[in-house]
Formats: sequence, structure tokens, C-alpha cells
Amino acid sequence: MSSGASPPQVLIAGNPNCGKSTLFNALSGGSAHVGNYPGVTVDRTSARVRLSAQDIELVDVPGMYSLTAGSPEEQLAVNALIEGDTRAVICVVEATTLQRGLYLALQLVESGVPVVVALNMMDSAERLGLRIDTERLSQLFGSPVIPVVATKRRGMDALLAALEKQLGPVSGAPQPNVAYPPELEADVAKLVPVIAQWRPGTAPRQLRAVAHWCFLSLGEDSLRDVPDTVRQAVHDIREAANAQGRNLDLEIVSSRYAWIDDAVGQVCSVQDPQPPWSERIDRVLTHPIAGLAVFAVVMFGIFEALFAGAEPLIAAIERFTGFMQAQAAAILPPGVLQDLVVEGIIAGVGNVIVFAPQILMLFLFIGFLEDSGYLARVAFGIDRVMKGVGLHGKAFVPLLSGFACAVPAVMATRTIERRRDRLVTMLALPLMSCSARLPIYILVVGTVFAGQSVGWFSAGAVALFSMYTLSVLVTLTAAAVIRRTVLPGPAPTFVLEMPPYRWPSAQILWLNAWRRLRIFLVDAGTIILAMTILLWALLSFPKSADVTEHYAAERVRVEQMGAPEAEKEVLLRAIDSHEAADQLGNSFGGRFGHAIEPAIRPIGFDWQIGVGIIGAFAAREVFISTLGVVFGIGEADEENKPLRQALQDARHADGTPVMTPLSGISLMIFFLLACQCMSTLAVVRRESGSWKWPVFLFTYMTVLAYTASFAVYQGGQLLGFG
Amino acid sequence: MKTSLADLPVGQPAEIASIDCERRISRRLMEMGLLPGTHVRVVRVAPLGDPIELRVRNYSLSLRRAEAAQIAVSPEETV
Repeated sequence: MSSGASPPQVLIAGNPNCGKSTLFNALSGGSAHVGNYPGVTVDRTSARVRLSAQDIELVDVPGMYSLTAGSPEEQLAVNALIEGDTRAVICVVEATTLQRGLYLALQLVESGVPVVVALNMMDSAERLGLRIDTERLSQLFGSPVIPVVATKRRGMDALLAALEKQLGPVSGAPQPNVAYPPELEADVAKLVPVIAQWRPGTAPRQLRAVAHWCFLSLGEDSLRDVPDTVRQAVHDIREAANAQGRNLDLEIVSSRYAWIDDAVGQVCSVQDPQPPWSERIDRVLTHPIAGLAVFAVVMFGIFEALFAGAEPLIAAIERFTGFMQAQAAAILPPGVLQDLVVEGIIAGVGNVIVFAPQILMLFLFIGFLEDSGYLARVAFGIDRVMKGVGLHGKAFVPLLSGFACAVPAVMATRTIERRRDRLVTMLALPLMSCSARLPIYILVVGTVFAGQSVGWFSAGAVALFSMYTLSVLVTLTAAAVIRRTVLPGPAPTFVLEMPPYRWPSAQILWLNAWRRLRIFLVDAGTIILAMTILLWALLSFPKSADVTEHYAAERVRVEQMGAPEAEKEVLLRAIDSHEAADQLGNSFGGRFGHAIEPAIRPIGFDWQIGVGIIGAFAAREVFISTLGVVFGIGEADEENKPLRQALQDARHADGTPVMTPLSGISLMIFFLLACQCMSTLAVVRRESGSWKWPVFLFTYMTVLAYTASFAVYQGGQLLGFG
Repeated sequence: MKTSLADLPVGQPAEIASIDCERRISRRLMEMGLLPGTHVRVVRVAPLGDPIELRVRNYSLSLRRAEAAQIAVSPEETV
């Protein structure tokens, strides 16, 4: 793209749930580019749109109720709107919540940027008997007001024509004049010279708008780039006003609403146009019993889809990865290059795309819940429970998804509005027992509890149930602790709009899920691929020439034996397995396993399990295949009899068995609590925007896992178990 | 007779008298159109008793009882 002639930038702003993204997609034809704003994790969705005489770059800004900002993330949207390269703003206002939408539009007009108001969902407003005189509203606003129906692409031509006019020479139409109280005007007059120093060359009208913005936004904020002179002036003026019993916030906001109420009174009949069926649906869906039943069914549906529904697709991707590995192995000569391609690159790409089915499914589900309006009801119903541990009601769906896989679940925290609340949720949810932990539980249970029972139940079932219960308790506790220590601050507030129920558009659901997936593949995927290759190298190098020579001699010996071919084949395969085991033991990873043995001995593990844990970092289920190699068994899965046998036969140097019920429990608890998953770390890196949080996540979970396993193993031994 | 929004019976129309939550929340509520003089009605209470759902300015908004308790309202005569 040539940067010299970049097209003028036009932003689409509006309240949450006003149909802003639908309009964006209708105008852009779905061909959007999703990027990231520098420094913060706010997606920047943009598309090039052709007008009659020129191209524009259309940017979708996150939904907002006002330009007031308290955090850098909010500030970013505001900055994009009222300064920089923005040439015009399309402000989407939902016709049925006219006043609230016009509050944002009025702020935009006051700030001096050319505005086109897209009055959306005019069809449903009219069905509800609401008539709006858009011509009169345009006059009052000094900006064009265009009725549109974004879902049906109605009014798009008129909207673009009005936009093109606004991009041209300034019209000089009379601007709305909000009657602020004289005391406030005096305060603004005091602040304006300070702001003029901060932003020389700003037009007087805009200076006033910035003054209003400063009065509303500053104080207890975490905004960057506001000079101390402005902060001090705002602070002094506010103190003086408070001393007189005035409230600047109230004065500004109520003056604006007074203007809006007057304008709305002139253009439409004021009434409450609530769709009657929406209220009827709510009577069922928020009913104590019926609502809970629907809630349980919906959540179970999501859970089942992620757990079981995605399974065939995941298996197909794994088969395809295996097939590609076999192809590569057949084409490339044996050696380091073949290993790099097969075990590093193809396995790494496989490790990335294997998440695609669950990410797509979860985002289709969440998109449906969110766009239909049901997600707000879920948060409404469950907030009481989440509040207790310092989480937002909207944290429930991501937490539940954590049972299936932390990677899409971390991405799902996007529905939570405040960054701090989002971080607490994404730092706690990897403790939910995800589906990749299950094979490990099954292997351990099959190894140490085979055929045993506790009362009426099998010991394995009791162990599994305990792990899942423990994981929920630990997750909620961790959230509460993180909220009080690492991310202190006010408990999440719950001021949530309950939008009317709507039937979501399949096209938009699909577009959004696809965009999320693409972000994951590109941003988190590259990290996962790099880490897979790194782990492969750690477990493959250095190659010991002695080991190679030794087994080469062994192979020759077998070849020369007079035994039948079938028997030779078995022996040769055993030699391959043993060679792989010895090479692994000699690799950096293997040496590391030996080195950490003194540290993991007190929690009941030996060096072989240590190597397995290192390998499991690629993905928890790799633990089992790594153990298969360590024990010289070759390919293995959790039902593998020889692997179970090998684990049962494994002995410490003093002759005691490695795997006892006690060390088995210790191992399961370790896997439950440890962050043995680089993909989770990669996606937390992507969603938090910094390496600080994945490092913290890994550290706290590893310390927690070690401490818990230590307590269980040592405590158990003291009590005479194991 | 004034009462708080948290104590307002479900279905009872009222007029907001004042909002005294912490500034961050007050400001947000005001900007969403909850101002002294605005008409408001509690639509329902969540199954577990908290939060509550309001109807204000043609839309539905939910907030927790803790915040609702800091919003003073005067109930209106029902006709």
C-alpha cells in the first residue's frame, strides 16, 4: 500500500448493541482487515470503501456510551475519534434508544469533527409506532441524519452520499448550542487558556469541547499524555466547585441531556417502544426455575460442543498432521533435516491448527449469545456468584469454556469490558481442568488404581471427580486472591445494558469467528510454532555418537542372527525404541530431567517423569508420548498397556516403586495446577499485550503446583501412605 | 417520600432524585441518561436476588443492589 496517498479515514462509532458492526460489514462488504492498536489490546478493524469520487478507510471503533475516558484503552478510541487523521465520523444511533445514542453524537459534533448520524433500525422503530422526523433532527444537529436498516443494507447509498458531502468543504450549518449553566461557562473559560498551551492552534469551539472532556475524564483516571498543568487546573476548579456544593459532572451531562430531551421532543412522540415479545422472552429466560433450566441446557450445549463436538475435527486435523509427517518422512532422507521438518515444523503447525475447531465453535456460540442478547442475561443471572470472588458476571462463559480448553477460553474474555477484570479472569481460568489433562489422569489412574475401589465407587472415578472439583475450587480461589493482591482495585462494576432480543445474522457471526481465528493463527500461532521447534531441539540434541554406534552394532548383531525374519523385526523395533530412549536421556531435555531430579524427588517423581513434564510443555498430552519414548516403548497413548506396565515396574535407585497411589495423586495434582501449556501462554501474551502476564501466570501456577504436590506427597508419607 | 432504588418495589414507577455512587459509576450512569428527574422502574430482580434490572429512557439496564442503594428516588403515583 502506498502511504503517500492513503485515503481519508472515516470512523464508525456508536453505543454497544446499536448495530455498529453490522453497518460496518454492510458498508465494507465483509472485507475487513483486523490489526492491533500499538500498546493496547484493542483490535483495529478497518476496510477500504469506495465512494463515487474517492476511496476512504473505514475504521470500526469499539462500542461506547460517551467520549469520557478513564483508561488508556478508552482514551485510544477517543483520540482516534476527535484528533489525528480522522476526517469524519459516522455515529450509529439506534432509533429506539434515541436519547442515549444522541448523547454520543452530540459530544462528537461538539468536538468539531464532521459527523453523519446513521439512525439505525428504523424499521423496528416504525413497527413499534415510533416516528422520527429525521429532517428536523438534521437541522437541530447541524449534521445529516440518515435513516438506515443495517441488517437489510437499506439507506447505504444515502449514507455514503451524505458522508461524501461531509468530507468536502465545511458546510457552515448552524451547530447545536447546548445551554450550559453560567458558573460552568466561567469554569470552562478558566480552563481554556491552560488547554490552549497544551494544544496550540486548536479552534476555540474545540478548546471548549476539550475542557468539558477534561472536567469529566480527569481525576482517578489512568490516562497518559495529559500534562500536569491541565490536571492541576481541573483539580483546583473542581475543588472550588465542590466547595460551593456544585457537581461539574452533573452540570455538563444534564445540560447535554436537557438539549437532547428538547430536540427529541421536537422530532418524535416520546414513549417506551419496547418490543412486547422481548419482555415476554425475558419473563421465561430470567425466571428462577425456567430460566435456570434454559441456562443449564445452553451451557451444557456449549460444553458438549467444545468437548465432544469438536473431537472429530480435532482428530481429523491430527490425522492430517500425521499424514503430512509420514509424507515428509518418506520424501526427506533420514537425518536432522527430516526430524526438524517432521517433529518441529509440521508438528508445530499441527499444534496451532488443532485449536481451530474449538476456537471457531466457541466464538460462533459466544457471538450468538452476545448478538442475540442472551449473554447479558447469563451475566445478569450468574453475577451474584461471580461477584463473591471478584469476577464480573460475564466471566462465567470463559471460565466454563476453560473445562474444554484454556486457549479459546482466554480469547473469550474479550466480552468482559474492563481490562483489569479481563486479566483476572484470564489469569485464573487456566486452572480449570481442561480436556488435555484428562488423558494424563486416565494414564495415572490406570497405572496406580487399576481395579481398586472406594466404597461403591471405583478409585479412578473418585480420583477424577476429585480433580474436577479441586480445579473449580482452586480457580475461584485464585481469582479472589489475584483480585486482592496482584490486580487490586475496585471490584468489577456491573452496569450492563440488557439489549432487546434479536436474531443474530449468520454472516456476521461467521465473519467475527473467522477474524478471531485468524488473529489466533497469526499472532499466537507463530509463538506456538517457534516454541514447538525449540522444544524439539531441546529433546533431540545433542546426539550421542556413542549411543548411535552402540545401537548400530546391535542392529548388525541382530541382522546376522539365524532367527526368522519376523523375530528379527521385533528385535530391531525394540532396538529403535531403546536407542530413542537413550538419545532422549542424553539430550538437553534429558539432562535437564536428571538435573531437576533432586527437586522433583520430594514430590514423588523421578527423572523420567521430569523429562515427560518438559515435553508436556508443548501440550499436556505430549507427556504421554514423551514417557513412551523415555521408557523405550515407542508410540504410546493413555490406554497403552506396555506404558502402564513400564510405569508400574519403574523403580527409584533405592528399589522402591516410582508410581504408587500417592505419587500418582501427586502427579495428577501437579498436572492440574501447573501451566504445562505453551499455547495458553502464547494466547495470554496476545490477549494481554505483554509478556509480563504469561510469565506471571507460568510462575504462579508452577509454584502452586509444586507446593501442592509437595504437601500431598510428603504429608501422605508422614501419614503412612505410599 | 424518598427511598433508594434498591428498595423500590418491582413495577413501581419512580423519579430519580440523586445519584451518590462513587464518581466513576455515577458518571457512567449519568452519561447513560440516569439523571435527577429521569423516570425509572425496576423490572425484575435476578434469580439469586442481585443484580436488579431497570427500565429507563426506553432501554433496560442492570446494576447491583450495592449501587442501586446509592440512588435516591421518589416513587410516583400510579394512575
